[in-house]
Amino acid sequence: MLQIDIEACIGCGVCESTCTFGAIKVEGGIAVVGETCTLCGSCVDVCEVGALSIKREEKTVQSNLADWSGVWVYAECRHGKLAPVALELLGAGRKLAEKRGVPLSAVLLGSKIEGMAEELIAYGADKVFVVDDPALASFTDDAYGNALSALAKKHKPEIILAGATAIGRSFIPRVATTLATGLTADCTDLAIRDEDGALLQTRPAFGGNIMATIICPHTRPQISTVRPLVMKPLARDAARKGEIITMNLDPALLKPRVKVLESVVEDLDRVNLSEADIVVAGGRGLENEKGFAMIRELADVLGGAVAASRAAVDSGWIPYPHQVGQTGKTVAPKIYIACGISGAIQHLVGMQSADTIIAINRDADAPIFDVATYGIVGDVFEIVPMLIAKFKDRKCA
Amino acid sequence: MKIIVCVKQVPDAKDVRLDPKTNTLSREGVQAIMNPYDRHALEEAVRLKEQHGGTVTVLSMGPPQAEEMLREAVSCGADEAVLVSDRAFAGADTWATTYTLAMAIKKIDDFDLILCGKQAIDGDTAQVGPGLAERLDIPFVAYVRKINDCTASTIRAERLMDDGYDLVEVPLPALFTVVKEINEPRIPSLKGKMKAKKIDITKLTAVDIEADLEQLGLKGSTTQVVKVFSPELRGERSMLAGTASEQVAQLYAKLSPLL
Repeated sequence: MLQIDIEACIGCGVCESTCTFGAIKVEGGIAVVGETCTLCGSCVDVCEVGALSIKREEKTVQSNLADWSGVWVYAECRHGKLAPVALELLGAGRKLAEKRGVPLSAVLLGSKIEGMAEELIAYGADKVFVVDDPALASFTDDAYGNALSALAKKHKPEIILAGATAIGRSFIPRVATTLATGLTADCTDLAIRDEDGALLQTRPAFGGNIMATIICPHTRPQISTVRPLVMKPLARDAARKGEIITMNLDPALLKPRVKVLESVVEDLDRVNLSEADIVVAGGRGLENEKGFAMIRELADVLGGAVAASRAAVDSGWIPYPHQVGQTGKTVAPKIYIACGISGAIQHLVGMQSADTIIAINRDADAPIFDVATYGIVGDVFEIVPMLIAKFKDRKCA
Repeated sequence: MKIIVCVKQVPDAKDVRLDPKTNTLSREGVQAIMNPYDRHALEEAVRLKEQHGGTVTVLSMGPPQAEEMLREAVSCGADEAVLVSDRAFAGADTWATTYTLAMAIKKIDDFDLILCGKQAIDGDTAQVGPGLAERLDIPFVAYVRKINDCTASTIRAERLMDDGYDLVEVPLPALFTVVKEINEPRIPSLKGKMKAKKIDITKLTAVDIEADLEQLGLKGSTTQVVKVFSPELRGERSMLAGTASEQVAQLYAKLSPLL
């Protein structure tokens, strides 16, 4: 509970203006806390007279923290391919492991996964735990969750990182629940706190409107899912040495209750949005699905992929897999061209790490221009066809 | 078929704006709404009930004012509504939330299916659905975009994956989280609105659900927020000038070397 010392409170209102949740109000010269308080502690930090405090009672259930050591990366693979985020996490995990002075291990679960363990070593893993079993051929929450939980119980890592992908966000919460420990979703920044070696996990919330840094103080492992395309992989080094440890698990653990009858890869586009170098995106300003024909044409001319804002997806002009932003995909292409997108923060968080951002919008005050390398105020239906024509000529020349 | 739908009342995140002067979230005029993904979970439950018979119970953990949202859920087709509300729940992370919901569901007793939205638009964690399934030790499927077939003992459904979709078969009882593509939620009927006005909402406290107080709220949480701050946006903003064709020519010149 947030405690307010009414003797000390001078009713200055600093807490009220700091609270991002509108939970604290000064009434009759004293701060009063309401139902929406999330106990984030922002007000405690700003109170100049020390009138606010959060009573944190010591947890009764605690892990013996010193028993847990090492950084693990869950190396996702599907349909015989390693997910790019696995390599990104090895890059991030390497830094954390070095700061902690512990080894970095990868966990590889699947069937027919020869050669992948070597690849994980080349990208920074000191050890790779491999469970290669036909029961893991398709992803199921039960089998994957049980396997990772069993390995973690046995080897006790202090940190587990997994991609915030469909697979990671589906089964990692089961692992955290089984291990009775904390989990932070969709992190965009990870660091080690100097004082105590705690993992500082930073993530966006409220559709990207605020960032929160979260710790898991009393239990281990500390588990994060990490947004793809945010962390950088190390350069591949085929000469790196590492240890590959093949694990045999109790077959009962790998028996899923959910049966995967069919696994379909949908060819959404000629170019995969998350991996494209050039992305052309459309928003509400395109007015209807016909507007997207123009976006697709520009993307085709440039050899890029098509993306969309949530407004365009919600309007039904283009399917969800094209959505970029907090509730869609994160992209980091060389060039991002935003056409008729106003730039709500929930969109900006998904694309602002692009190298070059072009924004075309009728409204000069649109927030998209705040992140634009080059901004054009104008009518997308005039500008985009001109761009298409220019780049077509270039192609022919 | 007995279906429980977990719903959350959230601030309408798309209207939450950052005040550039004070650097705080401006909540003026921001409404408390039913989490949009939960609306699709509710709609799917009501459709299953219409096709196969049974009941739909909506369950929410939240402050007393969440009652309003539960009434709205009843007007959209839910038969019963349960609000789990207690000051002891404040500051709960997803671990403490799944504990609370699991204890409440044990009180509600038997069910065949639990549906949740894929995530709430305030926290965006997507962790409560899978965590709750583990607490209840039932099968779980995330990102369900279509329920193809449903019998008394199994459901066939499609789950959205990053590269396509999987067709899965799941024994009941089970828990699914759903995506928006699954359906188009209905608007409340007049009859539904009448029912919503009159319905007695079951209210449960921490004591009612026989919860271990150590596991609740901030005290029962495994994670702790240590800092909240505004996201940093890149501040480039360089505008091209001139007529439309001049601007296009400038842009072409800038982009050409990058291609």
